[in-house]
Amino acid sequence: MQETSANQVAANATSSFTEHLQRSRPELLPYNALQPGAGGGPGTGAGTPVPPTPHATTIVALAYAGGVLMAGDRRATMGNIIASRHIEKVFPADQYSVLGIAGTAGVALDITRLFQVELEHYEKIEGTQLSLDGKANRLGAMIRGNLPMAMQGLAVIPLFAGFDRATGTGRLFSYDVTGGRYEEQEHHTVGSGSMFARGALKKLWRPNLSEAEAVRVAVEALYDAADDDSATGGPDPVRQLWPVVYTVSRAGAARVPELELAGVAGAIIEARAAAQREA
Amino acid sequence: MTQQFYVSPEQLMKDRADFARKGIARGRSVVVISCRDGIALVAENPSPSLHKIGEIYDKIAFAAVGKYNEFESLRQAGVRYADVRGYSYDREDVTARGLASVYAQSLGAVFTAEQKPFEVELAVAEVGPGPKTDHLYRLTFDGSIADEQEFIVMGGQADKVSEAVADGWRGDLDFAGAVRLALAGLVADKETATLPVSAVEVAVLDRGSESSRGTRRAFRRLDDADVAALLAEES
Repeated sequence: MQETSANQVAANATSSFTEHLQRSRPELLPYNALQPGAGGGPGTGAGTPVPPTPHATTIVALAYAGGVLMAGDRRATMGNIIASRHIEKVFPADQYSVLGIAGTAGVALDITRLFQVELEHYEKIEGTQLSLDGKANRLGAMIRGNLPMAMQGLAVIPLFAGFDRATGTGRLFSYDVTGGRYEEQEHHTVGSGSMFARGALKKLWRPNLSEAEAVRVAVEALYDAADDDSATGGPDPVRQLWPVVYTVSRAGAARVPELELAGVAGAIIEARAAAQREA
Repeated sequence: MTQQFYVSPEQLMKDRADFARKGIARGRSVVVISCRDGIALVAENPSPSLHKIGEIYDKIAFAAVGKYNEFESLRQAGVRYADVRGYSYDREDVTARGLASVYAQSLGAVFTAEQKPFEVELAVAEVGPGPKTDHLYRLTFDGSIADEQEFIVMGGQADKVSEAVADGWRGDLDFAGAVRLALAGLVADKETATLPVSAVEVAVLDRGSESSRGTRRAFRRLDDADVAALLAEES
C-alpha cells in the first residue's frame, strides 16, 4: 500500500509544464487545437488543405568568439501577399538561450510561448536551470508533437542557440519536422531564403569573429536572402525596420539595440549602392 | 460494528487548530518586509538547498513556515496555477490575489475534510510599481486569509520577532535596511545578537527589475556572498 502510493506520487511529479498541460488542460496545447485528419484522416496523407496562413521565413544563426548570435528578418507572407512587415521571429527562450522560428507563424508563436514557459516552469519547480542539451531535447519533443499539424501543412521549423555554461561555449541546434535534433557547427539557417543566406554565410563567416563583426555578417546574410527570396524582407530604411538580432554569451541573451542595427544595415546598403553591382 | 464516539464540531476544529499551531510554532521564523526597493523575504534556514522562499511568477513570491513537504507541494501547485493562467490568458493576469484565494480554498478544504490539517503558514507577496501597490497576503492552516500592510512575520515566536520588526520599520528602507531589520527581528527571541549569513535564506522582489536587470521576473535569490555584501553596505 505504502509502496504503491509512493510510486504514484513519484510518477505524478513532473517539472514539465507541457506534461502538466497534457494531463490537466490538453486543449491549451497549441498542437492539440487541430486534430490529425480533421479533413482527410490520418491515413490519407494530406487532410483538407489549410487556408492560407502567415508564414515566417529566414532565420540565420552563427557562432562567434564567446557566444552565438541569431537574427531574423521582419516579413511574414501569406501566399504572394506580405502579411506583416513587423513580425519578430527570434525570441529569448530563457536567460541563456534564444529561439528562432520559420514556418506557420501562428503555430510557431504559440510553440515559442509554450517553450518559454516550459523552461521557466522547470527552473521554478526545480530551483535550477535545465542543461542546454535538456532544453534542446524539450524543443525537439514539442516539434514532434506538432507533426500531425505539420502533415496538414502547418509546419514549424525552429533554430535553437544557447550558451552552454557547463562547457563555456555557444552551441547551435537545428531541427527537422519530426523533432529530430542536429547540432550545427559554425552557422546554420532555416526558412525559404535559407539557401541564399547560407551561401552568404559560407563566404562571410570565419572562426573567432568578434561580436560586432558577427552582427554585420548576420545582417548581410539576411540582406542576400531578401535580395533573392520574395518571402524575406530586407532592411527597411523607409520605415526604419531592421532585423531582430540576439546575442548569447556568458553574460546571457541580449537583444542588439536598434540604433546599432540601423548603423550596420545603413553601412551595408551604402556599400552595395557604391558598388553598383546587379547581382 | 462499533459506534463512533460523538465529538462536537467545535471540539474537533479546536483540536485540529491546536495541532496545526503546535506544528508551526516548532519551526523557525520567516519575515517578509515591503520597502522602498521592493519586497525583502528573509527566513532563518540553515539548508542552502531546501528553500522556504520561492518564486511563483513575474512579480509574485512565496514564503512559508511549517512542514517542508506540505508547503513545498503548495508552492509547486502555486507555480503550476500561475504558469497555466499566464499561458492561457496573459502574464499580467496572474495576480497575488488570485493565487492567495486558491491557496485559501485548498488550505480550507484540507483543514475541514482531510485526516489532518496542513501544519503550514504561507505568505504570498506581490511587488507593485510603488510601495502603496505592494500586496502581502498571509494564509493560515485553516484557510483564513489576511491582507497585510508593511510586513508579515510567521513561525515560532512570531510575536517577539514581529515586535522587533514593527519597532524598526520605515517606508523608506532600502533592501539592505530591510534585511538588517529582518535579521534583527529574527534574533529577538535568541541569546545571540546576530545570525551567521549561512543560517539565513534571503530573496527579494525587485521593484525595478525591468529597468535595472532587463527582466520582468522580479524575484532574485541572494546567495551568502550577496547577503554579506548587502549587509556590508553603508546604511
